[in-house]
Amino acid sequence: MKLSRSPWLIHYDCSSCNGCDIEVLASTMPRYDLERFGIINSGDPMHADILLTTGGCNAQNAPVLKQIYDQMPDPKVVVAVGTCACTGGIFKSCYNIQGGTDTVIPVDVYVTGCAARPQSIIDGVVQALAILDKKYESYTEDPKEGI
Amino acid sequence: MSKKSVVPFGPQHPVLPEPIHLDLVLEDEKVVDVIPEIGFVHRGLEHLVDKRDFKDYVYVAERICGICSFMHGMGYCESIEYGMGIEIPNRAKYLRTIWAEMSRVHSHLLWLGLLADGFGFESLFNECWRIREDVLDMLEASTGGRCVFSVNNVGGVIKDMDSAMLHSFVEKFDKIERDLHDVVDTFLNDYTVKSRLVGVGYLSEQAAWGLGACGPMARASGRALDMRMLGYAAYGDLDVKIATSDGCDCYARTEVRIQEIFNAIDLIRQAVDKIPAGDLIVPVKGNPTGEFMVRMEQPRGEACYFTKGNGTPYLDRFRVRTPTFANIPAMTEIMKGCDVADIPMIILTIDPCVSCTER
Repeated sequence: MKLSRSPWLIHYDCSSCNGCDIEVLASTMPRYDLERFGIINSGDPMHADILLTTGGCNAQNAPVLKQIYDQMPDPKVVVAVGTCACTGGIFKSCYNIQGGTDTVIPVDVYVTGCAARPQSIIDGVVQALAILDKKYESYTEDPKEGI
Repeated sequence: MSKKSVVPFGPQHPVLPEPIHLDLVLEDEKVVDVIPEIGFVHRGLEHLVDKRDFKDYVYVAERICGICSFMHGMGYCESIEYGMGIEIPNRAKYLRTIWAEMSRVHSHLLWLGLLADGFGFESLFNECWRIREDVLDMLEASTGGRCVFSVNNVGGVIKDMDSAMLHSFVEKFDKIERDLHDVVDTFLNDYTVKSRLVGVGYLSEQAAWGLGACGPMARASGRALDMRMLGYAAYGDLDVKIATSDGCDCYARTEVRIQEIFNAIDLIRQAVDKIPAGDLIVPVKGNPTGEFMVRMEQPRGEACYFTKGNGTPYLDRFRVRTPTFANIPAMTEIMKGCDVADIPMIILTIDPCVSCTER
């Protein structure tokens, strides 16, 4: 079984300026059509395999991001979309930004750009699919962990 | 009396791509109170004026919001120009107007799509976003960016559009207008769509005025409030039509925004006809001193930009009052007494932009 046949994604806006958010949405729209890979933008973390994050993290949204990540079933991949999600970007020196997504949860693919273009977001997601497959092959369920 | 229960809405919610948290106090299916909690997107970018000089700060100001990024950059530049007494070239004023109106068209189309998604009409959502891509193509051809354009600078603009490009844009807008008529027909006349919008979220004219609503929210309640009438940029030379409605409900707000798309396309045509030749930017000497404020009409309503300079390249204070911030009291007011199923419609029809509000 290959998990990358139809993975579902969830998008969480940490503290992005909306630019990357609308590009994530635009990449699922008819012009770029991320859905042709069988990917559906799901609103429920428990249904999702790929987490797309945009924007840097602050004290208010870090617990929310952590909670969404913990609710997702294993194996899962995280794609940080946009320069802010990678490093904090132009807002890195703001008092309320602690850094990119990787200050809170482990990140598998980094997509740069301000705002990241739909083409590069799709490229990032497709790279994440390969990682998802690899994770699935080496994945063994830990009986101690449970839900 | 039945028992009250609290249902959390957000910060991660399928209806909104942006995080906002609302505690909905319910009595059966009726909402009795709404307690908003914001701060998930707060970055503290106003404080960056300490670290970037006033000419560099344009690029930060544009990233207040990725949807109305052009107008945030323009608002910041105009407030500095107004304070330093810089008269920018006429061509730059017209170019700013054209880009601002193109941003308005793309923002309203984006909103129409999200509204259709809110009531579960997926194909209409995709149709609106397909048309929006054509506008983004034009923005990309003229500025090089899809979301953040970085063409504004203190003293003018840094990119030009030649006459051939401008006229090809007008032709493309003719096509967009034709495409839009089918979509608009569904929004305004479809039985199912109407049943979700008509009579939902009633905000009387008095309440809109009292709660400080602005933009399409106020205009849909019959208040002809539009900052473009102040005549900033080139709006003073153009014939600005204000779309208003007396419906006061979600349907009226949809109607007003749809009319605004057509009005914005009309403004672009007028501006292309009248655009003068000339320079794009004037050199800026010295540093801003004193306090100044400008207001302008964003797709979501009135935005105020306040800057305070101290004679050094670093400003003392920069402050933005964004339209969504002004509309949140009205939103919480009209939510009281509505059904739970209507909550997404009411939130969407104020066209919330959380990252503007929290900055």
